[in-house]
Amino acid sequence: MKAIRTRGGISLRLDIRGLVIVLVLLCVALAASVALIGTGDFPISATDVIRTLLGNGDAGQEFIVNELRLPRVLVGLLVGAALALGGALFQAISRNPLGSPDILGLGQGSTAGALVMIVLFSGSAAQVALGALVGGLVTGFAIYLLAWKRGVHGYRLVLVGIGMSAVMTAVNGYLLTKADIVDAARATVWMTGSLDGRDWNQVWPLLALCAVLVPVALTYARPLRMLEMGDDVANALGVRVERTRLVLLVAAVLLTAAATAAAGPVGFVALTAPQLARRLTRSPGPNIAASMCMGAALLVTADWISQRAFGADQLPVGVVTGVVGGVYLLWLLLSERKAGRI
Amino acid sequence: MSDRNPSQSNNRRSTTVNRLSAENVTLGYDQRVIASELSVEIPDNSFTVIVGPNACGKSTLLRALSRMLKPSTGRVLLDGQAIQSMPAKKVARTLGLLPQSSIAPDGITVGDLVSRGRYPHQGLLRQWSSDDERIVQESMASTGVAELADRFVDELSGGQRQRVWIAMALAQQTPLLLLDEPTTYLDIQHQIDVLDLCAELHEEQGRTLVAVLHDLNHAARYATHLIALRGGEIIAEGAPGDIVTADLVERLFGMKCQVIDDPETGTPLVVPAARKARKAPARDAEAPAKAVARAAS
Repeated sequence: MKAIRTRGGISLRLDIRGLVIVLVLLCVALAASVALIGTGDFPISATDVIRTLLGNGDAGQEFIVNELRLPRVLVGLLVGAALALGGALFQAISRNPLGSPDILGLGQGSTAGALVMIVLFSGSAAQVALGALVGGLVTGFAIYLLAWKRGVHGYRLVLVGIGMSAVMTAVNGYLLTKADIVDAARATVWMTGSLDGRDWNQVWPLLALCAVLVPVALTYARPLRMLEMGDDVANALGVRVERTRLVLLVAAVLLTAAATAAAGPVGFVALTAPQLARRLTRSPGPNIAASMCMGAALLVTADWISQRAFGADQLPVGVVTGVVGGVYLLWLLLSERKAGRI
Repeated sequence: MSDRNPSQSNNRRSTTVNRLSAENVTLGYDQRVIASELSVEIPDNSFTVIVGPNACGKSTLLRALSRMLKPSTGRVLLDGQAIQSMPAKKVARTLGLLPQSSIAPDGITVGDLVSRGRYPHQGLLRQWSSDDERIVQESMASTGVAELADRFVDELSGGQRQRVWIAMALAQQTPLLLLDEPTTYLDIQHQIDVLDLCAELHEEQGRTLVAVLHDLNHAARYATHLIALRGGEIIAEGAPGDIVTADLVERLFGMKCQVIDDPETGTPLVVPAARKARKAPARDAEAPAKAVARAAS
């Protein structure tokens, strides 16, 4: 921790280690992005990718990079960052690493919304995205209402969320049995989470949402850190507990629902990114910036792996994050067990 | 930065009215009423201790005084203002609370935890002033945890941990400090340790302290002002030497006892009657307390 002070009474606190981690993760995310843009049926070298991104490429490369692959990578970065931020906020509010949106059933809720559009209305891609967004928001709202009893508390939030997740899984199973084979195949692809065919239409709304919600999350990071010590301590320190929680839950639900609408329920990024970020920065409390960079890096890297290892468009990114995240989750549970916490 | 040191400016106001009081408050959770129409004055510069049997509403009263619980009727006044309508951070610069339940975040160091007590004095552009740094150091020094600054809170003993939380509350630099059962779960030497520390804060730093304590003898020894609560009603208040009698203890806890002078301090010392002496009338004596507990729950 370093303090910077000016004579005017302004003082800022910098966590040097955290800052370095954020920079490293940003570099990883950018490097993976460049690699990902260069990957495909027409491979492009890293130098050419960078030159084209800076506006100095030839016409053919420019089309492939700027129109086809860049939006997909940007959606990947934004979805990863948004999911990770949503996860970091949820975990901090529930004071539980398992209190992430994918375990609380937000992903299932979004899926239900998307399936309704695919199966019942054979909707367009945009309608499916809208359905997913609404499904996620409704589920988040329902969880908040059901978990509310003189304020929302960690354990209740997790338990209600797990119950919600079970209900939504049942709904999704029912919808899938109703679907014909074409719709069912489409639904299955959507449900694993994929960045295939994402274009600028997905980039802008996500970018706008992040531009609004990331500053909100950053301003509320300090009171959120106080909330970690329990409602009573936070209250005693002058934090408006319930308001802080509501604002951040709304932000987290919006981010998660929007990211899911754009890329499908990409598993485990929300759960793992904040935990990995916390272990790297070695600083307690929600590491918002580090979590976001970790999420972005994780998702783009996973997408790159899925394309590199299995050929273009063969394996949706959600499968890779699922495998990586699943292994990580097992490791987390084992180490918690060793530490005697569960 | 005019409000940089509110504790000093607040100290200048007249002391004819007590800074913290409750006016006809009705307290409860949902439909359950714990106390109704309760009025309490916390004398300035006192070490006030609230005692009473389980479920008498002591912690509830403390929660109301610290704005954690909103009274359904009546109001809590802090410096003449209704505490619920004051900005949260402003209250937190005047009134601190050491709650019963606090969670040390995973992997937090003592220094980091104590520095969080500065939160109500900070803002986006004032995150860590040299005042903050100095006060955190002082708070750790006066609670004797300065040498633990770089240790993880998880690895400390219960007594050390309680000192760390007190240091955090001290770093808040509030003229009023409320403590909810600060000695629970501690060994006797750590209990005395914490109470000595409280007495020190009261005598040397001139803070007004309000604590809920379970042990009547500790209360009688350390308090300058005692509030005896039963069934949400104050049945006696005043200096321990004036109010702690065998009769009061029997009314409060339904237990026969002798009150003698503490050989160390001369304050009242409650010695429960031997089992045989208690046995015959015990059932009658317990009855009122049980009725009250029933009414309160």
